[in-house]
Amino acid sequence: MPEKTYLQAISDGLRQEMRRDKRVFLIGEDIGVYGGAFKVTLGFQEEFGPWRVIDAPLSETAIVGGATGAALMGMRPVAEMQFADFVSCAWDHLVTVAAKQRWRAGTPVPITLRLPSGGGFSGGPFHSQNPESSFAHVPGLKCVCPATPEDAKGLIVSAIEDPNPVLFFEHKHLYRRVKGEVPDERYSTPIGEARIHLPGEDVTVVTWGAMVHTAEEAAERLDDVSVEIVDLRSILPWDREAVLASVRKTSKVLVLHEDTHTGGFGAEIAATIAEEAFEDLDAPPKRIAAPDTPVPFSPVLEKAFIPQVEDVVAGLRELVEY
Amino acid sequence: MAIARVAEPGGSQVKLETVKQWGLDREDLLGIYRNMLTTRGLEERGHILYRQGKIPGSFYTGRGNEAAAVGVATAMGPEDVGTPLHRNMGVHITRGVEPWRILANYMGRVDGPAKGKDGNVHMADERLGLIAMVSHLPAMLPVAVGCALAFRIREERRVAVGWFGEGSSARGDTHEAMNLAGVRRLPVVFVCDNNQWAYSTPTHLEYAVEHLAGRAQAYGFEGVVVDGTDVLAVYHEAKRAVEKAREGDGPTLIECLTLRMEGHAVHDDAFYVPKELFERWAASDPLERFRAWLHEHAELSDAEDDELRLHVKKHLNEALERAEESPLPDPESLTEGVYATPEDLDTPHHK
Repeated sequence: MPEKTYLQAISDGLRQEMRRDKRVFLIGEDIGVYGGAFKVTLGFQEEFGPWRVIDAPLSETAIVGGATGAALMGMRPVAEMQFADFVSCAWDHLVTVAAKQRWRAGTPVPITLRLPSGGGFSGGPFHSQNPESSFAHVPGLKCVCPATPEDAKGLIVSAIEDPNPVLFFEHKHLYRRVKGEVPDERYSTPIGEARIHLPGEDVTVVTWGAMVHTAEEAAERLDDVSVEIVDLRSILPWDREAVLASVRKTSKVLVLHEDTHTGGFGAEIAATIAEEAFEDLDAPPKRIAAPDTPVPFSPVLEKAFIPQVEDVVAGLRELVEY
Repeated sequence: MAIARVAEPGGSQVKLETVKQWGLDREDLLGIYRNMLTTRGLEERGHILYRQGKIPGSFYTGRGNEAAAVGVATAMGPEDVGTPLHRNMGVHITRGVEPWRILANYMGRVDGPAKGKDGNVHMADERLGLIAMVSHLPAMLPVAVGCALAFRIREERRVAVGWFGEGSSARGDTHEAMNLAGVRRLPVVFVCDNNQWAYSTPTHLEYAVEHLAGRAQAYGFEGVVVDGTDVLAVYHEAKRAVEKAREGDGPTLIECLTLRMEGHAVHDDAFYVPKELFERWAASDPLERFRAWLHEHAELSDAEDDELRLHVKKHLNEALERAEESPLPDPESLTEGVYATPEDLDTPHHK
């Protein structure tokens, strides 16, 4: 099986779907001639033409609102926010229009919104955020956060196929850092099914996106502790059963995310574990997340913001010794 | 300085022969009249239902906007789509939504298009090319532009119509929608129902130009101001704009001038609107104007008029009865349909 980067995997998935299904088109800023700010869609406009790879004006509202209208007319738009942070400008169209349309009006809105998210490269407060938790609170949306190249491809396919608005959070820090085997043929990865990234016995880490790799590094450093890493892959819907099964097995759990602490999706997971698996726990559920500040610019500050391998090692150690 | 073109008046002077050239025969004209009567009659019944406590929440009408709504909808083709708002009951009626289903929607019954999940005119029958509005105005404009984008990508000769009010012209969605539509020359018609009041805010506190239609030039397409109480003038301009869009010649912004003849909603007595303004605009009531024209130019006799009105009245009374028979939703249905299934994509638009 060929080895691909996370970025190539997304690109491959998009290209395959566009070749397969004429209804799929892309719309976003600088995605055509330039190939996207991160080059995910490099060469797409040459292959599919300017009406299927649409360079939009700087208009997040019109991009997402337009994608919604096109989806209502039977298209399968894949819209891109150049950075996930800019989705704030399109909030209304996702939350007010797209998310509620099926429930109140009966009309499905099959859009995929690609959101390059996450920090780790001094992008500062407006190019580094992980806004997935905000959208995980919105009934009608789906939020997908792949951690591996194989999932990135399989989940972009599922997102496009899904009859609902799907937010696809692709972590920028993984784009070229993470490589893995990715099948050439078309496949889809179901939304809402977690995967066990690392099987273990002593303690569970529940996480998603780039933090899966941080957790893995932490687990490698703890040679005397058997860590199980549950990669949620999507947080709306999220795989409660997989999390509860792992927690019941290990009896201790760390919930880890790169987004800020208060009201982060980790709180929902921890609360569910406390409600559903309290009797199986040998320690209180622990959360590690970014502090409640905007994402900082200076590398020293950013390192203090994003949960580091050492933080996870310390957290796991604390749980094991509880 | 006015930049937009001001449409020629139709209703008072135009002859039947001219109107026929615009594509309307006598049957069509009587159909327009019937749709306007139905629109007003439906909203009048809504008032009664509201006072009887049968409509929960609030109640909004488009009194004074019947000609603007029906005129534009009449100009649309059967495959065209639109995003009508709360002053555009006439669009739903013209596209063929049955009045009993609209009344059922107002009362939160299962037979309303929204099945009790959303109220008043937050509803649409997608089989008739309509898309349900949201309260965040003018969020439906980018959506209409997106419909037009789909038509352009697929090279279909279809047109999207997006409605907004002069109040929501202040919001960024208006700009982004019109800019994208202008840049891509999309087959979309923007209809601004300028009823002079955004809730209690008058136009001079909403915008600083003479005509909102003048803004179209900034987006690279034509703007036109039309008397929104003159159904024939509205139809004529809308037809031009729709066909222009269909031919690939890009968007048009039509500004229909009217006065909102009631409060923002039923709880609002509109004390802030000068009485003289109401009196002046009452003199150009859209229904009365068109009725007078039909009498003068299309040989509408008193007997035929009476019969028509009686027919509408009877139809609405039956609609009311049927709507009241519609059951309230089962509380269990609350959690149904938050997410679509692949089978839901089996709609006329997702073939």
